[in-house]
Amino acid sequence: MAIEVNGKSYEVDEEGYLINLGDWNEEVGNFLAQQEGVNMTDQHWEVINFLRDYYNEFQIAPAVRVLTKAIGKKLGPEKGNSQYLYELFPYGPAKQACKIAGLPKPTGCV
Amino acid sequence: MAAPDAKAKVEAPAFREFATVPAIQPDATENIRSYVASDKIQEAIGFPGKLAEDWRETHDKAIGRMGELLERYRSLKVYLDACVHCGACTDKCHYFIGTNDPKNMPVARQDLMRSVYRRYFTPAGKWFPSLVGARDLTREVLDEWFTYYWQCSECRRCSVFCPYGIDTAEITMAGREILDSVGYGQKYSNEIIGKVHKIGNNLGLPGPALEDTLNGLEEDVKEDTDVDVKYPLDVQGAEVLLVTPSADFFAEPHIESLIGYGKVFHAAGISWTLSTKASEAGNFGMFIGNYDQLRKIALRVREAALELGVKRIVVGECGHAWRVAYAFWNTLTGIGAGANDPFAVELQKQLDPHYKQPSHICEVTWDLIQAGRLKFDKEANDGRIITFHDSCNVARASRMGDYPGGQFDIPRNIIKAVANNYFEMAPDTTREKTFCCGGGGGLLTDELLDIRVKGALPRMEALKRVVDDHGVNFMATICAICKAQFTKVLPYYGFKMGLVGGVHQLVSTAIHLGNEQ
Repeated sequence: MAIEVNGKSYEVDEEGYLINLGDWNEEVGNFLAQQEGVNMTDQHWEVINFLRDYYNEFQIAPAVRVLTKAIGKKLGPEKGNSQYLYELFPYGPAKQACKIAGLPKPTGCV
Repeated sequence: MAAPDAKAKVEAPAFREFATVPAIQPDATENIRSYVASDKIQEAIGFPGKLAEDWRETHDKAIGRMGELLERYRSLKVYLDACVHCGACTDKCHYFIGTNDPKNMPVARQDLMRSVYRRYFTPAGKWFPSLVGARDLTREVLDEWFTYYWQCSECRRCSVFCPYGIDTAEITMAGREILDSVGYGQKYSNEIIGKVHKIGNNLGLPGPALEDTLNGLEEDVKEDTDVDVKYPLDVQGAEVLLVTPSADFFAEPHIESLIGYGKVFHAAGISWTLSTKASEAGNFGMFIGNYDQLRKIALRVREAALELGVKRIVVGECGHAWRVAYAFWNTLTGIGAGANDPFAVELQKQLDPHYKQPSHICEVTWDLIQAGRLKFDKEANDGRIITFHDSCNVARASRMGDYPGGQFDIPRNIIKAVANNYFEMAPDTTREKTFCCGGGGGLLTDELLDIRVKGALPRMEALKRVVDDHGVNFMATICAICKAQFTKVLPYYGFKMGLVGGVHQLVSTAIHLGNEQ
C-alpha cells in the first residue's frame, strides 16, 4: 500500500503508518493528518515535534505521561493532561499522533 | 450513542432491558478480520511466511499439525469428542451477545474445528461425512477459522457453564497454532511476540527509554508526596524482581498502578527492581497456543532472575500473565516447583521458600496489610465510588492466596482496605462468571474495534446498573488489556474513559509513605 503526496509515493502499512520512517516530512505529516480528519494547528505541531525528537533519542514514542508533562512544561499546566491531548488527537494521542508523526504504532496492551 | 471516532464504522449495541438471548444474524461479523501477519513478522518468530502456493501442501500441513496437537493434548481430543450440542454455552459468550453472529456461539466456534476433526480423525466422518457434520478442510474453511478464532478472547466463560467442561479457549488456541504453522498468522500478536524477543517487551520499549520513564516517575512522585520513592531498574541483589506488563510503563491509567507498586515496596521497606530483560509480564505465546513461544518468552524472566540474584518474583497487574505465571512458569522455567533442568534447579535454590513463587502483587500488598505493615488514609479515595471487574484469566485460570476463590477476594479486600465506597456488579457478571472486557486474548487491535465494542456489551450493562444505582465512577481492574480496552470502548457506551483504573492506583492514592505527621 502507498500514499501519494506532491507526486511522490510513500509506502504505508494496512493501517496507514509509514513503513520507512525516513520518508517523513511536514507535507507527509499534513497528508496523514488530513486522512485522520485532524486539522493541524501549531498546538498539534508542538506535540508532533516533541514525539519526533523523543523518538530520535529513544527509538520509541514517549509514554503518555512523559508527553503530557513535557507539553505542560512548555504550554502551561492547564494543557499538561491527557484530556488536552485527546482534544487534539481524538483517536488517542499515542496511536493517532504517532501515525501523523511518521512513527511506528505503539503495540501491546495499550 | 455518539461514537468518538466517526471514521470507522464502529457501533455499540443498545443496552438491553433484560439480558435475553439475541435473535441470530448469520454472518453478522464475517467481515471483521484481523490483519494477516506479513512474511517478515511470521519468519522473525520461526513460522512460515505465507500460505504455500499449492493448496494441497497447506491442506496436508494443517491436517498434519492438527494430528500432532491431538496426540500432544489429550484435552483437545476430549473437547472435540465430548460435545453433545446441549446448547448451555450458546448465550454465554460476550461476542455472541454483542454481535448476534451464531458462529460466535462457543459451540459453533468449536464446530468450526470439530467438523474438520471428524472428517479426518474419526471413522464415521471418514466414511459418512455428511451424516456426522464432517467437512473437508478447504481454503474457505481456513479463512473462516482465521476470522472466528480471532473473534474469541479465550476468556473461558463458556467453559464454566458447559456440563462437560469443554474449554473453547483451548480449541481457539489449537486453531491459531494450526494457522500459524501454515503461514497464516495474526499481525497484532505475532508482531508483538517478535518485539519481545528483539527488544524485551510487547511495546518495543528499549532500556534507555525505560530508564528515562522511571526517572520521570520518581520526579513526579517526589513532587506529589515529597518522598523519594524509587523505581529501580536492573538492581543486582534486590530482594524482589517485579515483572509487569510493559503497558504499565507507557499507557494511562496503567502507569498509576506502577506508581502504586513502588509505593507499596517503599512503605514496606522491601528492596525491589524492574528488569530491562524481563520488562514484560505478558506472554502472547499463550494467546497463539504455541508452546515454544510461550516457553521462550517465559525464559526471559528466569534469565533476569538468575542474573539479578533476586529472592522473590512478583507479577504486576496483568491478567493472562498471571495465568502463565501461576499455571505454567513452574514447568516452563522452574519458578515454583516442577522444572528440573540445571538452571531451574539453580533458580529454585536461589528463591526464598518462605514466599509463594511467583506471587501476585495483590498477594504481596494484602499480606502486608494483614501484617499491619501498610497504613492508609482511606478518605483520600472518598471522591471515588468503586466497583471491581474480575479479569478472565485471573478469575477462571488462576488463584491467589491459599484457598479457592482467593483470586476474587484478595483484590476486593485491598480495595476495601484503601477506600470507603465499594459496590459489586451483578453476581452473574462477576467472580468466575465475569464477562471479558471484550479485548482479551490477542484482540486488542484497532481493526477489531467494532467487535471489541460489541463484545463489551454485557460488562457495560452491568456497569451501567451500578453507575445508575450507586453513582459508581471508578471500575478497578488488575489487567493491562482490560484497562486499555475499557479506556477505548467506554465512550461508545456514554461513559468517560477515565472510569477505569487499577487496584494499585487506589492503593497509591491512599497509602502512607512514612512521612505523615
